[in-house]
Amino acid sequence: MAACQRVRVKEKATDMGTALIAPAEASFFGIPTVIFSVFILIFGIGIFTYIIVRRIGPLLNAAADPRLDRIMDRAKNTVRIAIFQYRQPRYLFAGILHILIFAGFVIISLRSIALVMFGIFEGFSLPGFEGALGNIYDLFKDLAATIVFGSCVIAAIRRGFFQPERYSVPPKYGKGHTGEAILVLFMISGLMVSDAIFEGSSIAAQIQKGFGIEMPIPGTITGIAAMIFIKTPLSSLQNIHLVAYFSHELIFFFFLCFLPLGKHFHVITSIPNVFFMKLNKGTVKSVKWGMAEEEIETLESFGVKKFEDFTWKHMLDFYSCADCGRCSDNCPATAVGRPLSPRFISIKCRDYAFDKYPLYGASIKGSNLIGHILEEDEIWSCTTCGACEEECPLMIEYIDKIVDVRRSLVDGGIVPQSLQKPLSALEKRGNPYGKMERKRADWAKNLMATNAVKILKKDVKTDTLYFVDSITSYDDRIQAIGQAVVRVLHGAGVDFGILGPAEKDSGHEVKRFGEETLFLQLRDQNIASIHDSGVKNIITADPHAFNALKNDYNGIPPVEHIGQVMKRYIDSGKIRLKPIEDNRAVYTYHDPCYLGRHNGIYDASREVMDAIAGIKRVEMVKCRDRSFCCGGGGLMLFYEPIEETRMGRLRVEMAKDAGATVIVTACPFCMVNIEDAIKTTGMEGKMEVIDLVELVDRHMIA
Amino acid sequence: MEILVCVKRVPDTAENEIEVNKDGSDIERDDLVYSINEWDNYAVEEAIQIRDKVGGSVTVVSVGGEEAEEIIRREMAMGADKGVHLSDQAFEESDGKGLVRILQAAIEKGSYDLILTGVQADDGAGQVGGMLAAMLDWPFASLVNHIEVINDRTIKVGREIAAGNQEMNEIDLPCVLSIQTGINEPRYVGIRGIRKVASVEIPVFGASDIGLSPDLVGKSGATISRVDYFVPDLGEGAEILEGDTGEILEKLIEILQSKGGIK
Repeated sequence: MAACQRVRVKEKATDMGTALIAPAEASFFGIPTVIFSVFILIFGIGIFTYIIVRRIGPLLNAAADPRLDRIMDRAKNTVRIAIFQYRQPRYLFAGILHILIFAGFVIISLRSIALVMFGIFEGFSLPGFEGALGNIYDLFKDLAATIVFGSCVIAAIRRGFFQPERYSVPPKYGKGHTGEAILVLFMISGLMVSDAIFEGSSIAAQIQKGFGIEMPIPGTITGIAAMIFIKTPLSSLQNIHLVAYFSHELIFFFFLCFLPLGKHFHVITSIPNVFFMKLNKGTVKSVKWGMAEEEIETLESFGVKKFEDFTWKHMLDFYSCADCGRCSDNCPATAVGRPLSPRFISIKCRDYAFDKYPLYGASIKGSNLIGHILEEDEIWSCTTCGACEEECPLMIEYIDKIVDVRRSLVDGGIVPQSLQKPLSALEKRGNPYGKMERKRADWAKNLMATNAVKILKKDVKTDTLYFVDSITSYDDRIQAIGQAVVRVLHGAGVDFGILGPAEKDSGHEVKRFGEETLFLQLRDQNIASIHDSGVKNIITADPHAFNALKNDYNGIPPVEHIGQVMKRYIDSGKIRLKPIEDNRAVYTYHDPCYLGRHNGIYDASREVMDAIAGIKRVEMVKCRDRSFCCGGGGLMLFYEPIEETRMGRLRVEMAKDAGATVIVTACPFCMVNIEDAIKTTGMEGKMEVIDLVELVDRHMIA
Repeated sequence: MEILVCVKRVPDTAENEIEVNKDGSDIERDDLVYSINEWDNYAVEEAIQIRDKVGGSVTVVSVGGEEAEEIIRREMAMGADKGVHLSDQAFEESDGKGLVRILQAAIEKGSYDLILTGVQADDGAGQVGGMLAAMLDWPFASLVNHIEVINDRTIKVGREIAAGNQEMNEIDLPCVLSIQTGINEPRYVGIRGIRKVASVEIPVFGASDIGLSPDLVGKSGATISRVDYFVPDLGEGAEILEGDTGEILEKLIEILQSKGGIK
């Protein structure tokens, strides 16, 4: 049948004689071209293998990092994120282009293998592709090649002419990467076009010789090539056919070896990188994996000081960065002009790895990262909001790396002066303000007698603990949030108590600022107090405390954020709400990082708001998992960053742009930062901020 | 260069609410947390930095009861090489001069090129540096905010002068300098750092160990005695604003506006 005859050279050769001499049979100045084919194959694979071995080198000397647990979850993530590229369309246009190129590549990969073999075995066919399946595949492959080619042309135009801002490289980070990007797009296009010419010339020759032939789909690049060559003399077609073939092979192997030299390494590393991704959101990595907590104290040094101190997975992250710029495009520190851009953490570390672990010659190990490729201010600038990690299509981690570098700074005594006093106060008083422990429960004194708060002791027990944490205990403004929590819980009939002076700071930021030993001290004191109290569940209104108790502590009763609790009691009717007090106000909800991104709680707060009849609620453009950090909590409030503006100010502008007049948040630190920003932007009277629990408190029917 | 830094354990003003006790003899000491005197911490950091540049060693000395050991250890965690703890019942209730006699005796037992003290202590009188230099008959520079080592006999020191002026002096070694805060950025010392030096031996010397007659120090040697301790009465024209921070600020703004300070 004619239907079987186009694609593979094999049948043409056997049934009807060859229209053109195949690369495996041809010769060039008397030399059989099969020699070239074999040579290109061996040389290409050899160089590629050598490069990969060199690239794996540093990973073998890196710190341990166990990533083989929960294999089923990992497999699912790999399918969803790496294969189906679930995160790509978050940037719609670029994402779709990427998916088209990737999907096309996957389809064409079989063809590429077959093509390599064509040069050696005439009429080679992949097993199973000899018959109808092969023909169907060929139709898809032609379509895929055409789509890939078209996508590359669009991508090159986009990258070369429109130059989206997020790809630009500030001078301090070196030269731009547009050249590399365009070169790769050219190579991909070259692969598509050379294959199209290789096959198109063969089809044209067969038509000229009158062989029965199935035409490729008109409009595909193979179809177009066949049409172009339809009148070309056979002798020229023969040359075109062979030149196209060897062009394809040379580009193919050059491309393969070029991948591990730059940002296109992700073509190879992205699937393993996603497979080995971090699974426990909200947690911070162990100081040293595989070492018991008690033993960690015996380590000579903490954290990442030198490149070799990174774990192998973190090095794989550096290799995998595709330089797409999405992390930095969402990084609040980058947005306010702090000296941090997560993208360049990866790029700088990769450049360092390529430089110190070169493809030939000896590796140079051991220079300190800080002062060479990273700066102190860069490392302290991160609020650990997680926007970068939420966005990365390749699941590259940043927070753990930054915490690891901070650990080594803290261990070496290099801590910004502005943070030393709060850290010392945390060590001595259990709160960063240096306030007296015995005054920790004073905030509850101003409540009416009907709302008196129990301080849990030997003879005072309740099932529920309200974990207050430092800022709510001591900050004048935030104490009001604590008081609202008390009224709301009492209103819902919850019998609860607080730890009072026995409560210490949760240590959430202490851990994330790299002071692990102090964190462990605070944690152990809190765990002991929680156990002594005998409570069965814990409520907190502070997402940082929530995350610490949930993800950093272990062996304590389950913890809930007050938003989840209120949602439950609204549903069950224990909390009943009046219609909205101010019906001209327009409300918007600001997702706190440690409630939203790190713990996936987005809807409870919104549903609580919507339970107030008549409320007008709008969303900011950056909401839910793209929420924009208000400036950070805990110790971040003490840090004096280098910046052009404040995150809170940008956030207030976003609320204004959304048409809101009231920002509702669910985190004491967001309250501090946003309240401050409203004042400094002169928006007082036009914009308000209120905590979710305060909003409920105001609207609760007693 | 052999450097000695005199350090003191003081109630941390940032982490305490300081109140005078009932009989007016002292501050209320229950529930206080202590730390190294801030000025002394800068002095130790400076000594460590000098040692790292030119070699030698840094010794930290403190006079006080058992509890003084914790700050000596802390400064050793910071990087000081040796600690000396001067402790004796006879030292208790020494006045400034008595304290300096103790230090002088210890210093004369050793061999130091440079002695650093803080400009003052949170709970002190700012007298140790100057008096120590006088009693040792060594040159002295106060309020030092910059040190450069020229050679093993001379150093250059900067002093902060009123109105933001800066003075540079050359001074012969051995000498005594009182160090101003801001001369450097002291490094952080966490619990882990202190644990690392937890087992380092810190020698304790009493009066006899340093060849000091107990009569010259302590209560018997003191020529100054405290007669009262109180919070001054509100003077004329002074007003203390009360309320929470918001209310205080509102009142403050009101006052400043009414007096024409802000518009």
